[in-house]
Amino acid sequence: MSDARDRIMDRLQRARARRGADDAAAHAAVDGRLAARTRGPIPARAQLDPAAQVDLFVAMAEEQAATVTRVAGSDDVPAAVAAYLKAHNLPPRLRIAPDAAIEALPWAAQPLLSVAAGRAEADDEVSLTGAFAGIAETGTLMLHSGPAGPTTLNFLPETHMVVLRADQVVGAYEDAWDRTRAAARAAGREGALPRTVNFITGPSRTADIEQTIQLGAHGPRRLHIVLVEDGAGDGS
Amino acid sequence: MESTAHAFKDNARAAVADPQLKRALAHVKTGFIGKRAKAVARLPEFEALRDAARDIKDHTLDHLDLYLERYEARVAATGGQVHWCADGAAARAAVLEICQRAGAKTVTKGKSMIAEEIALNEHLEANGITPVETDLGEYIIQLRHEPPSHIIAPAVHLTKDLIEADFRARHMDLPPGRSLEEPRELVDEARQVLRRRFLEADVGITGANFLIAETGSSVIVTNEGNGDLTQVLPRVHIVVASLEKVVPTLEDVSTILRVLARSATGQEFSTYTTISTGPRRPEDPDGPDEYHVILLDNGRSAMLGNEFRDVLRCIRCGACMNHCPVYHAIGGHAYGWVYPGPIGAVLTPALIGIEEAGNLPNASTFCGRCEAVCPMRIPLPRMMRHWREREFERHLTPAAARGGLRLWAFLARRPALYGLATRLAIGALGWAGRRAGRFRSLPLAGGWTRHRDLPAPEGRTFRDAWAARDRGGAS
Repeated sequence: MSDARDRIMDRLQRARARRGADDAAAHAAVDGRLAARTRGPIPARAQLDPAAQVDLFVAMAEEQAATVTRVAGSDDVPAAVAAYLKAHNLPPRLRIAPDAAIEALPWAAQPLLSVAAGRAEADDEVSLTGAFAGIAETGTLMLHSGPAGPTTLNFLPETHMVVLRADQVVGAYEDAWDRTRAAARAAGREGALPRTVNFITGPSRTADIEQTIQLGAHGPRRLHIVLVEDGAGDGS
Repeated sequence: MESTAHAFKDNARAAVADPQLKRALAHVKTGFIGKRAKAVARLPEFEALRDAARDIKDHTLDHLDLYLERYEARVAATGGQVHWCADGAAARAAVLEICQRAGAKTVTKGKSMIAEEIALNEHLEANGITPVETDLGEYIIQLRHEPPSHIIAPAVHLTKDLIEADFRARHMDLPPGRSLEEPRELVDEARQVLRRRFLEADVGITGANFLIAETGSSVIVTNEGNGDLTQVLPRVHIVVASLEKVVPTLEDVSTILRVLARSATGQEFSTYTTISTGPRRPEDPDGPDEYHVILLDNGRSAMLGNEFRDVLRCIRCGACMNHCPVYHAIGGHAYGWVYPGPIGAVLTPALIGIEEAGNLPNASTFCGRCEAVCPMRIPLPRMMRHWREREFERHLTPAAARGGLRLWAFLARRPALYGLATRLAIGALGWAGRRAGRFRSLPLAGGWTRHRDLPAPEGRTFRDAWAARDRGGAS
């Protein structure tokens, strides 16, 4: 195995040497680029003011067949969730992320909802998670895995509901990466990513049969976003 | 997979005569092209993003060894393992060893062209491990024991009645009287059947659209969510990727992602883009315990130093084949190996040899649409020309074509003789065809007249006509 590595590396190094690049300069160029994290062209539509950015996020997410309910505060989330389940004839059973902010929502005010926290099991029909960010340019959610974010919740259940605060909406993917790096730094894990970062734009789909788009191929058939407008707080 | 690229001409002839294939391929022309154009029109920065994406890959290829070193170090630091593999055999062996160590019986797979390139499924099956393709298109062609015919839409050559027949024949435990006429019903059935497979799999194998040097991550881009279920549920996650997939930073991958989905399916962004880094952490409630990356060379390091280097920028979006008139007419299987269309015409000879695949670079009208839509600005027609030159230099071109070219070269170097010869030929042809004005068949021109008439020349050669015009006479 390491033989193969040496042989491949040797060929790659010779290819670089033939191009006549100075070795020290090449190392400096690579280290410089990895440190600078220079952005490419950022679309103008990803550089709007915050309110317009939230509106664009909603419009783009809906265009990709996600649905969005906007609520005034986080206390309104359980009622919005219950109303959505009822409107879609879905069972009033939720698997929620083991996330302090989600668990602390006033679920007791919805006595008909049964709520359990944890990773998704095969027979869970509806999940509810938080999100790390919403990205306006394409209506995309960014979710991080971790103790508060089991990845299975994002893919196994037929219906995935996501609570997103308005202040989590950013313009561009790069803005979400900046926040990701800042969060890692704040947690003392400079430079580390969660095991899984999911960008999610609308529900699962396929066009593999005669190019006709069908929702709900293997992942969720429905993606519902509850957008909390008063998102300036800590989410609880 | 076993190549039939050497039989390209026969493959293409059979494909053109296949009415079912023609019906299926009609969806390529109507679907992909319009959707891409619409998505591109909505993003004023698209052309600037193409330039930036090309520059990122060029920079990375210029420093590929250094970025791979950094990538590997980050994978190791996050608890994963990189397996360097010089060729397909080494990669197959590495995957099998990991599967056997995990005691794997079934393996779920996300869509991976590298897995096709190294013929992974056959190898796993031969060693008693059942690979289950989970991308709907891949699942369908696995049922049919066929290779993919398109790099992002593997079953694009099939119509839904054929898929229905396959499902009825293979899903024997489902009620025979069930309705399966609508695409919706076919998708639901596949979902139901594959859900069980996801839950029982011991190992999940995915490809990678990108590897990220900064973080040691692999990236998959999908719409179905099958790739994510493949990599989150089993105990072991294996990524198979070729070494040119690496890019420096999260910013760089973001730039390229902006051109990928728009070029491929015309989506603003694919439904799922997933960045995976190492195995699950001790505090994680789910995810795989092991994370392996099979890093495949298979001829790519040699391309880094030759005139085909630019093709290593390819991000496998499929735009070139979606816009190719040759692909529209013959589909993907006729190309005879893993990569069809213009990208296949350039890549296949590099990976399996010009002796085997020499016909592919000839299957082009040089209309240039592939290069015009390539998000990475790969000069595909120029590279096909490079292959044609190599084919000629290595005496692989058929004797008749070589003889004809030699005769033409002999005449072209002797202008007076050239003028005389063409004048005689044109005169004779014009005289012979003076009545009908065209030829239904003509010796040495069967390739032309088999499909259309050859118009008879009307008199003088172009050079004579031009000279007459210069003298001020009528042209």
